[in-house]
Amino acid sequence: MREWLKKHDTIYFMLTNKRFVGGMLFILSLILLSLIGPWLARIELGWYIEEAGKRALDPTANIGTPYSPPSPKNWLGTNSFGQDVFLQLVYGLRSSLLVGIIGGGLATVVGLSIGFISGYSGGMVDETLMMLTNIMLVIPTMAVLIIIAAYLPYRGVLIESLIIGLTGWPWTARAVRSETLSLKSREFVHLARISAVRPLKIVFGEIAPNMLSYVFMVFILQFGGSILAAVGLDFIGLGPTRGTSLGIMLQQAVLWNAIQLGMWWWIIPPGAIITALIAALYTVNTGLDEAFNPRLREM
Amino acid sequence: MTAVDILKAESLKVYYRTLHGSVKAIDGVTFEVRKGEVLGIAGESGCGKSTLVNFLVLPKDPMYHAGGKVFLKGKEITSLPKHDLRKIRYEEISIIPQYSMDSLSPTRRIRMIIRDLMREHGKDFDPDLVRERLSMVNLPQSVLNMYPVELSGGMRQRATMVISTLLNPDILIADEITSALDVSTQKFVIEMLLGFMDRKVVSSIVFITHDLSILYQIATRVMVLYAGKIVEIGPMEEVIEKPVHPYTKALIYSLPKMNVRFKERRLKGIPGQPPHLLNPPSGCRFHNRCPLATKRCEEEEPPLVEVGKDHYVYCWEVKV
Amino acid sequence: MGRYLSKKMLVYILTFFIAVTLDWAIPRFMPGNPISILVSRFSALPNARKVLTSYFTQSFGLDKPVWVQYMNFWKAFFHGDLGISVYLYPKPVIDIIKESLPFDIALLLPAIILSWIMGNWIGAIAAKNRILDKTLIPVLYIFTAMPYFWFAIIIAWGLGVVIPIFPISGGYSYSMTPELSWTFFLDFLYHWFLPFLSLFVVMLGGWAIGMRNMIIYEIEANYSRYSESLGASDRLILRYAFRNAVLPQVTGLALQLGTIVAGALTTEMVFSYPGIGYLLLQGILHQDYFLIQGCFLFIVLSVLAANFLVDIIYVLIDPRVRYSYTEGV
Repeated sequence: MREWLKKHDTIYFMLTNKRFVGGMLFILSLILLSLIGPWLARIELGWYIEEAGKRALDPTANIGTPYSPPSPKNWLGTNSFGQDVFLQLVYGLRSSLLVGIIGGGLATVVGLSIGFISGYSGGMVDETLMMLTNIMLVIPTMAVLIIIAAYLPYRGVLIESLIIGLTGWPWTARAVRSETLSLKSREFVHLARISAVRPLKIVFGEIAPNMLSYVFMVFILQFGGSILAAVGLDFIGLGPTRGTSLGIMLQQAVLWNAIQLGMWWWIIPPGAIITALIAALYTVNTGLDEAFNPRLREM
Repeated sequence: MTAVDILKAESLKVYYRTLHGSVKAIDGVTFEVRKGEVLGIAGESGCGKSTLVNFLVLPKDPMYHAGGKVFLKGKEITSLPKHDLRKIRYEEISIIPQYSMDSLSPTRRIRMIIRDLMREHGKDFDPDLVRERLSMVNLPQSVLNMYPVELSGGMRQRATMVISTLLNPDILIADEITSALDVSTQKFVIEMLLGFMDRKVVSSIVFITHDLSILYQIATRVMVLYAGKIVEIGPMEEVIEKPVHPYTKALIYSLPKMNVRFKERRLKGIPGQPPHLLNPPSGCRFHNRCPLATKRCEEEEPPLVEVGKDHYVYCWEVKV
Repeated sequence: MGRYLSKKMLVYILTFFIAVTLDWAIPRFMPGNPISILVSRFSALPNARKVLTSYFTQSFGLDKPVWVQYMNFWKAFFHGDLGISVYLYPKPVIDIIKESLPFDIALLLPAIILSWIMGNWIGAIAAKNRILDKTLIPVLYIFTAMPYFWFAIIIAWGLGVVIPIFPISGGYSYSMTPELSWTFFLDFLYHWFLPFLSLFVVMLGGWAIGMRNMIIYEIEANYSRYSESLGASDRLILRYAFRNAVLPQVTGLALQLGTIVAGALTTEMVFSYPGIGYLLLQGILHQDYFLIQGCFLFIVLSVLAANFLVDIIYVLIDPRVRYSYTEGV
């Protein structure tokens, strides 16, 4: 009964938390936008044929009049090449969300595994993994990303997500390790151990469920972190070699003097949508924190 | 109320706000703390003893005052504004908390912690007084220049005891301070508390514990709480030797060894669980676990019965 | 204390070793070996002999055993030889980086330190002030959610184009050459302001939010409750909470350095500010791999050095570390 009440409480607090619900709704509507956006825009796309009959969006296809401010036809105007900014924004958002899910998911999984193993096994395994983690923590990840990406002749969204995911895990590993350590010393784990339950069963049966809320929050932060990292990489000019992304849009905008030309419709929307997305993620996280942490609840 | 009462609570109710309604942690208790006595408060965990003292010292959300009055040296304190409460705390009522092992900020030297707290009450750091008090608890002067991390847990607790009593409060609350200690340290801590009494550092002590055998060593009177209500209150010796309320009896019989007298009895716990305080049972709260319970116990609140000099129980089934 | 620092030192030395190895290995083993193509391109250029006989060039693409190439790379590194830039041929990469260094320091150091101090201060105030907490903190959340370079773009557009007060490109006017004079200094400051402001504002949010959350956490701690039980004022409790909350913020500074530097790189790119970020952008645009590698090494080394500095500061201010590593617990 008490366990049930506790679970019920958390879900109740989560679903009544304004931050959580508001942030979630906003994120969902962005996902929806990225899915149905091209259909909304009703603009002919510039496609080119890749080998084997696949087609890809051609970012250099000229579609409309260049330099035109927002109009009923081009909702967010066109850039210097005459491409529709809204359409690019939608495709860019897609690639950002994809990087967030793959990169963030990967970083979460790697961070959780390393943190779990390190915290649970202790000893030499712990020492070695933590040394690795500490090294990854002090090395500026962006610099590593830059040097790897710079030498990749072909870069796609998937590879970008992979390298971001594989470099973004250290803080998670460290946090999960200490969380595991504190859970390990709790009563119920001792009990399980005394009654000779197998270690893996303790990890997945006792420790993991208690960390579920925590894992969810970690994923949200990693999701946002991966998006920001990708946007930065794209802006530097090391993003996907084909297709577009929010970072590439901004890189193009700066390279083609959108600032000096005052093309605000080209420079504001991509960054604004990232900022809004990341801020929404933070908001969801704060909401979850309030729901999971009784001390922060307002009554 | 007589002049010797330092603290008096009248039908005090302290509830917790929760999603599902109010948890009635303290539900109408009346008692007093007299000058020069050590009042012990005993009961299982969850009986409301910590709620009671935390309310007296520092009510914090989601805990709230749901009724009744508390008089400290004749002043009603539940309705006092924040500023006045701040002054009362420490100068008139003080606490050695349950968490006294980590009650001191880790990044400040003990001397500075003391100095800062003194200044909050418009006093200066008095080196002679501090020296005297430190020696009372067997702490070297050098701790003043240390950070709390440099002290062991026991030393930290003793430092906390010194700090809590520096302003000679009228009433000192000791909240489960012996729970985490081994037997010899327990004895030592109790001797130090009694030393504070003897030297008139504090005039009264409220000692909270779930361990009656410790209470026996220090308390003048004992108050037994069950599910947010008083079940029995009376002189320590008498309550231990002649417990009247069925719950007190069960509590005493469940002790491993209290007195030779009980040696032949089998060690037994109390069957059943304390009730949920969200919807406490009607009538006597102990009725579902009580061997003597009758229909009346389930329906009506038990009356206060005087069973001896200064010895009271709340029970239907007690005959005087 | 010594043990703490030596343990940290070990991490730094290992990191340094790994970074240098990566710097050598990644270009060497990438498909197509772009560096050896680059090296062979040098042979057609004037002064080719000098370039080709340097250790650095030899560590890529020549027909020596791989481990000799690797050793050559280390030798080159300790001789300060990071190769020759293609983009600014025949200038050595190390000289190019040296020239941009003052601009980086002048931009990053004040931005980091001032935003850290201001952010902590704002966060501490907001933690105890309901109105500020409801108004300022959301704004700061938005600041910290912004990509560094986007805010740089917005501020450049706003204060450089819409209201044209500040220049939005370069570290100083094109008509000037760097020298120690008042006119140059003022011109430098004039160009410095917008990049500084944009870095400062984005970082500010993160520090303030971190501090606010830490303080709220510390106010819930047992020692705060004890002080309150003894009648301490909110001010004293906040002061104690602040003292304890600042420590994780110092650690946070070390952990954030990488992100900050990355943000600074992109900010410099927006403003064409002649620091490492701008160099890196040129390197990428011109496929000047030696320059990219040099920038990478330089960034890693400076972040490591800064981390070490923060560690030393931390040891000095946290009695827990000082105590647990001197007397051994």
